[in-house]
Amino acid sequence: MKRLMTLLLALFLAGPVMAQDGPLRLTITDGVIEPITFAAPVFQAETAGAGQVADDISRLVVADLAGTGLFREIPSGAFISQISSFAQPISFPDWRAINAQALITGAVAVNGDQLTVKFRLYDVFSGQELGQGLQFAGTTAGWRRMGHKVADAVYSRITGEGGYFDSRVVFVAESGPKDNRQKRLAIMDYDGANVQFLTDSSAIVLAPRFSPNGDRVLYTSFESGFPRINVLNVATVGRQQLATAPGEMAFSPRFSRDGQSVIYSLSNGGNTDIYRTDLTTGQHVRLTSAPSIETAPSLSPDGSQIVFESDRSGTQQLYIMSANGGEARRISFGAGRYGTPVWSPRGDLVAFTKQNAGRFHIGVMRTDGSEERLLTASFLDEGPTWSPNGRVIMFSRETQGAAGVTSLYSVDISGRNLRAVPLQGGASDPSWGPLQP
Amino acid sequence: MKVFSKTAVALLILTTAACTNPDRFGGGGLDGQAAAGADAQIAGSASDPTSPAFFNQTIGDRVLFAVDQSTITPSGQAVLDGQARWLLANADYRAVIEGHADEQGTREYNLALGFRRANAVREYLVSQGVPANRLEVTSYGKERPIEICSAESCYAQNRRAVTVLSFSAITS
Repeated sequence: MKRLMTLLLALFLAGPVMAQDGPLRLTITDGVIEPITFAAPVFQAETAGAGQVADDISRLVVADLAGTGLFREIPSGAFISQISSFAQPISFPDWRAINAQALITGAVAVNGDQLTVKFRLYDVFSGQELGQGLQFAGTTAGWRRMGHKVADAVYSRITGEGGYFDSRVVFVAESGPKDNRQKRLAIMDYDGANVQFLTDSSAIVLAPRFSPNGDRVLYTSFESGFPRINVLNVATVGRQQLATAPGEMAFSPRFSRDGQSVIYSLSNGGNTDIYRTDLTTGQHVRLTSAPSIETAPSLSPDGSQIVFESDRSGTQQLYIMSANGGEARRISFGAGRYGTPVWSPRGDLVAFTKQNAGRFHIGVMRTDGSEERLLTASFLDEGPTWSPNGRVIMFSRETQGAAGVTSLYSVDISGRNLRAVPLQGGASDPSWGPLQP
Repeated sequence: MKVFSKTAVALLILTTAACTNPDRFGGGGLDGQAAAGADAQIAGSASDPTSPAFFNQTIGDRVLFAVDQSTITPSGQAVLDGQARWLLANADYRAVIEGHADEQGTREYNLALGFRRANAVREYLVSQGVPANRLEVTSYGKERPIEICSAESCYAQNRRAVTVLSFSAITS
């Protein structure tokens, strides 16, 4: 147990360690990259007409789990036992024989537009059920969310950490050539499904950020020809603009942890500093006062501190100050430039964009600047955002040259499992929202 | 608006409040504004020194910057001296100075950098006597490159501040 705690505390580097004795447990740490094997027989259709959605949900659970790189599916062709009913006792030897460490069984029922999904998770080698069976109810149109919820529960029971599959990402959808790029605010499921556009392409939009509970999005818009901050209600798609004085430019907005204020950059007379404005009262407070560029603020999870970037030293570097402003301490000291810091949901790490020797990287460091690790390298990677559980980072990658296009990628914080988010068309500036209720 | 080549745009007849350099971003330029600006107010080709075309082409509507810099270069100062003289002689024009950055930087930093460049131009023009209330600034960061290769030859053209005229009498 002491060893387990040490591993859990050890920076949360990804890579499963399988406990050899005791219950099935994947402790995510560094060094070992052998995934947990699982079998997920197609969920039972318990009502007529539920067959298709049962297939779809089963496939989605598999895709979510396998997509983490921490789990590997045993294909159904290898199965010795078949599952013919959700209540059927499990023949564990048959699953041990094909080396499935975990077994997921499930059943789906459809009544009108109502959908019910239940599942059980078994630790095959100990012959025990891992946790209790769970049931989710929703609508047939929301079947993907139900699949994600099953996968989140499985992930959470095996790793002991929160999941991230039932979450959404707001981003900028891009089309057109590089010198006349059209940009629209869009929202999608974490896996690229269910894309919806939230704005048209009549004005450039940049760098959206979800509110802590996912109900609103802040972004920068050029509707007026000048960068201004908009707040958009995700459900109604209604939007409001933050009042900004003529001659000032407002951008780089992020919500406070209570969702009541906006922390952002305001430029006036060529100088850019960080401010906080209360969304209800409109009252604003200046948090930095330097002749340099201060931008890209990100609050710590407890709301007490802000990490931001500044070129006060001559180049872009990362600094941390109190959420009320005041003295800042520099935390980035490696070669090159550091920007777009984002505090992890666990509070222990800051993700950033690093530019060095003509390449861009996404990296993480501890909040004191130590243990910097670069996770990616390319012509242009930028704009990291954290999964709700702090395990995965999504970012934009732009390819080089006149035909360059931007796509979204994700990578886990060990630097493993780099994956493109499957989307049609270009995409940039992701902001990962919370797990949905 | 691809029908207008850069030179054709320069010969267009411009109108009240229409921006006079719709093709300034390269590519397709701004939608619709060139067409909307087709009813005559001020005639003028690039050879007419009171025309926006003269300003855009003969004087030069833009200055370029070194990597990460917002300092006006000596050749930039010569361009801005010409812009200032033109603006003083043509008092019915306002300008928005649009700052830009190359793609070698993060998005939000580049917005701030473009703003710094645009502001450097504004301050220079004001120092040459142009009334400050005729000059606004904005920044597009790296969002509107005019050259799209990923090489210094293109980056050098993209690190720019463009003075975009609009015809609009000053009321106060």
